[in-house]
Amino acid sequence: MYEFNYHRPTSLDEARKILGDNDEAKLLAGGMTLLPTMKMRLASPSDLVDLSNIEGLADISDSGDAIEIGAMVCHAEVAASDVVRAAIPALSDLADSIGDAQVRNRGTIGGSVANSDPAADYPAAVLGLNAVVKTDRREISADDYFKALFETALEPGEIVISVRFAKPERAAYSKFPNPASRYAVVGVMVAETAEGIRVAVTGAAACAYRVTAMEDALSKDFSAGALEGIAVDAADLLSDLHASAEYRAHLVGVMARRAVRQLIA
Amino acid sequence: MTENGFGAAVRRKEDHRFITGLGQFVDDINRPHQLYAQIIRSPIAHGKINKVDVDAAIAMSGVVAVFTGADMAADGVGGIPCGWGITSKDGSPMVEPGHPPLAAECVRYVGDQVAVVLAETRAIARDAAELVDVDYAELPSVANLESASADGAPLVWDDAKGNICFDWEIGDKSATDAAFAGADQVVTIDIVNNRLIANAIEPRAAIGDYDAGKDEYTLYTTSQNPHVIRMLMGAFVLSIPEHKLRVIAPDVGGGFGSKICHYAEEAIVTWASRKVNRPVKWTADRSESFISDAHGRDHVSHAELAMSKDGDFLGLRVSTRANLGAYLSTFGPAVPTILYATLLAGSYKTPAIHAEVKAMFTHTVPVDSYRGAGRPEASYLLERLVDKAAKQTGIDPIELRRRNFIQPEDFPYQTPVALEYDTGDYDAAVVKAIELADYANFDQRREESAARGKLRGVGISTYIEACGIAPSNVAGALGARAGLYEVGTVRVNPTGSVTVLTGSHSHGQGHETTFAQLVVEALGVDFDNVDIVHGDTGKVPFGMGTYGSRSAAVGGVALMNALEKIRTKAKKIAAHLLEASEDDIEFKDGQLSVAGTDRSVAFGDVAMAAYVPHNYPLETLEPGLEETAFYDPKNFTFPAGCHICEVEVDPDTGVVQVVRFTAGDDFGRIINPMIVDGQVHGGVTQGIGQALYEQCVYDDSGQLLTGSMMDYCLPKADNVPNFAVTTNVTPCTHNVLGVKGCGEAGAIGSPSAVINAVLNALSDYNVDDLQMPATSERVWQAMQGNG
Amino acid sequence: MSINVSFTLNGEAVSAHVASRTLLVEMIRERFGRTGTHVGCDTSQCGACVIHVDGRSVKSCTMLAAQADGTEIVTIEGVAKNGQLHPMQEAFREHHGLQCGFCTPGMIMSALDLVKQNPDPSEKEIREWLEGNLCRCTGYHNIVRAIKAGADSMRVG
Repeated sequence: MYEFNYHRPTSLDEARKILGDNDEAKLLAGGMTLLPTMKMRLASPSDLVDLSNIEGLADISDSGDAIEIGAMVCHAEVAASDVVRAAIPALSDLADSIGDAQVRNRGTIGGSVANSDPAADYPAAVLGLNAVVKTDRREISADDYFKALFETALEPGEIVISVRFAKPERAAYSKFPNPASRYAVVGVMVAETAEGIRVAVTGAAACAYRVTAMEDALSKDFSAGALEGIAVDAADLLSDLHASAEYRAHLVGVMARRAVRQLIA
Repeated sequence: MTENGFGAAVRRKEDHRFITGLGQFVDDINRPHQLYAQIIRSPIAHGKINKVDVDAAIAMSGVVAVFTGADMAADGVGGIPCGWGITSKDGSPMVEPGHPPLAAECVRYVGDQVAVVLAETRAIARDAAELVDVDYAELPSVANLESASADGAPLVWDDAKGNICFDWEIGDKSATDAAFAGADQVVTIDIVNNRLIANAIEPRAAIGDYDAGKDEYTLYTTSQNPHVIRMLMGAFVLSIPEHKLRVIAPDVGGGFGSKICHYAEEAIVTWASRKVNRPVKWTADRSESFISDAHGRDHVSHAELAMSKDGDFLGLRVSTRANLGAYLSTFGPAVPTILYATLLAGSYKTPAIHAEVKAMFTHTVPVDSYRGAGRPEASYLLERLVDKAAKQTGIDPIELRRRNFIQPEDFPYQTPVALEYDTGDYDAAVVKAIELADYANFDQRREESAARGKLRGVGISTYIEACGIAPSNVAGALGARAGLYEVGTVRVNPTGSVTVLTGSHSHGQGHETTFAQLVVEALGVDFDNVDIVHGDTGKVPFGMGTYGSRSAAVGGVALMNALEKIRTKAKKIAAHLLEASEDDIEFKDGQLSVAGTDRSVAFGDVAMAAYVPHNYPLETLEPGLEETAFYDPKNFTFPAGCHICEVEVDPDTGVVQVVRFTAGDDFGRIINPMIVDGQVHGGVTQGIGQALYEQCVYDDSGQLLTGSMMDYCLPKADNVPNFAVTTNVTPCTHNVLGVKGCGEAGAIGSPSAVINAVLNALSDYNVDDLQMPATSERVWQAMQGNG
Repeated sequence: MSINVSFTLNGEAVSAHVASRTLLVEMIRERFGRTGTHVGCDTSQCGACVIHVDGRSVKSCTMLAAQADGTEIVTIEGVAKNGQLHPMQEAFREHHGLQCGFCTPGMIMSALDLVKQNPDPSEKEIREWLEGNLCRCTGYHNIVRAIKAGADSMRVG
């Protein structure tokens, strides 16, 4: 990797100042994506701002109708958290399916959500559960958050503080992993929330998205059968050596039905 | 059985250092004042090198030197040689292009070496490498067999017309044509044997260390055969005589064939070390391994089997195109010929066989041995074809195989494709495998799977392989440019402990244990008093290394022969000490006794007498107790067996999961069953990898798309089941140990069993054929009728 | 930029000035000579570099040395105590859970983290846990057996 300046601020103000002073600075959370990218010399930040020493970014709390997960909480902690398990078991399961054990011990929800890798799992949860991304300057609703490939509503220098998930009536996540990397080729979160049924897909397209046709169908009839015959358009889906767009489109249907079956069973 | 002797499941000597983190792999070694090398590699598949500008790199602080192909050429450095020559059917020799360690004029694959930076740290070397500015004139390229074969295809080498390196054949064409003319039915198949990358978990590394005081070179390298590297690099590339070049292959983290070859980096660091008079270390990143380690397989074949109306095999016709990559790697030409087409008889007495192999150059990484090397390709083709024949004729696949097996009374059996099998009992392995696999109750398991919504299938394969390469005279006649014997030295130390120096190299096989078991058996010494030394040309007299499942069958036998010499000499010494006739001395359990008496002397005392010869027959016997044997086998060995695989296919997604796998193998006699089982587990897993997960994919411009472990899928722990393994023993008839070899069998027999199982699972879907790897999408597409 | 990094390595306080881009695995191998932790890939797939940081298994090739400042690190060299092999090490030897030995340190460190969280893992749980540890030699069969046996003797022991 290229040389850089390493910072480990103890406050958000300090972190913001370093970001402000250095155009090419990047935030470092767990580093599970950023560090391999830097090792390949595909990223060359001038400065790395390690968020691990800032108080208050690594808590999980339950406010009654929602849980809030600090940006620096690692996947293993989400998976093991009794608070999360009691409120949204689908989220525990999703966290437990990310990468491998060692990745789960370092990778964080904040890093994942900020990076918005098309094949990451958390975006399906954020969008499917209609979560709110809290930053150091505002709250962003899930529907406004994911924009394009590796592109979110975050502005330069904006720091994700936590993600707040309203507790759904019920939710399930079904994932088809890439056999090599174990990233999601397709992952589907199906949730019944206060605002209605939501079906969010990760892995299949440039960024996480909702399948409204499936949401409508499930609103009328919450069964796997209700999803039969809903064609997923392959036109906008990703295609690579692991899965063609056509196959991904098919898998969106399969994974959605499996998530629904989990909820009915 | 002696405790710790032949046949015992002795726990391994070598394990302690590995489980405590004290192994010594090449990258663990650091030499004083060493520099770090970073290789600049071609980013394009084919291009002319207009200019290499190294000025900015040299100017960087911490950079000691930058060398290019022109520098090496100016120093008279030779090309990397090929160790095997093949002659085309028209009698012309194969096209054998030059292979400079650093390309000076033209690059021919993504990853081809162009220059090397030497710097004080690895990081600086990498920084500086980016400043080396290479101006390429990009040329059109061919990235696969299809494009290389096309009319007017760009040429990798001007003198290889049509990109053909050689056009070779084996077998009797007219007899085969006659067999087809008289056949009642013919089955045909088209096979792609997918290109693979060995991916030993230890990346390759090399340290060149020149000693100016003695004018001597030492090369530490991740090699399966250090003496071969010394010979190839010393004699052909760098012109360093053997006595001035020491090659050390210390602990090596897996090889699987990819660490047989002599690689450019070995020559580069050795040469550069002298240029700068400092040790030079190079360690591959994994992404570098993907574009610089020899790849494996990559065949496209068409095959036809002629049968009688009863399903007797009458003739086999095979036409194969094999991808050799851009240059000839060490054993590259031998793999799709001698190691492949000679095995096309399989376990069957097909009377007429003819095979032709067109080996082609492409703008890709050179292709060489990967576990099994040629034999998996032969076995896969044959066993897929036989299964297809079973389906076409309606004969049970096991019955069809049995009907055509070479029978125990047929041995020795001369095949129509050059080999003479010495012994075997193919049906015995089938019987054992069927029983262990609980084949009889498969239908019940299929129903259980169906109840869970899964399609279950069972597949069988039988295989044979030729191991222990080889009798040197036969190998020479077939194109080998070296002898293929093995060497063992037994050094009995004065206090009776034993040091063995072997030319075999262990990189996971456990020779430090199994070879010690042979010593325990022969000399009756304590297991802990035996050390096996390997992997150092400065210590071991000579050796041809480990590949082709040859270590026990060739290296082990060389050791046995040396041990026999020790026994003979020890008896002579004991006869003197006991004042008896040599003929009356019995050597058993570490004691040398006079037959029929209670007079005896311990082996340790004999050793002491040999080194402190106060009471010793000096007039007839030299002091000391050390013997060396070179062993050149009479024939190949022929392990064989039967693999049975059960898979479940998820009809919604096409995902295939291997749920049961049974191997019934005949490896001859077995020195250590624990180690043999482990070899089978590992080999089968690589075979499952080939069948379901692994593939090396280039895009049309010659860029490797599967260039990391994110995209090249190695089998993980949850991709494979526990394995059921059993063995049936027919001892090899031509070596004293009766051993055949077990290292590659798993990878040879398993891919066809897996694919046959998948096709069986899809029997309701009218899927006739499926190429490897049977990825979920490929299976799903086939189920949609898009196969 | 050069920074000072201090941590506890197998119970011993260590400290060094390193370039900020130094990976933790490089610091452990090259500055402190603990070469039992290996590097087998550059994309965090293979797991040959697994060590424990503050009691959790991590891939030391995907962590900056700087991020380890102030932590407690255990590598394969710190697993045996007073010349006595750990039961998990014993189990790998007893069950032939290694061949070339290159992936082994990472496997053992990963297994120890599993058993800490799940003292009696099933075969399936072991296989799933090993998602981040590649072995090319053993076909995993004997690694899985070894981890099961190691877990058993850790519970008893």
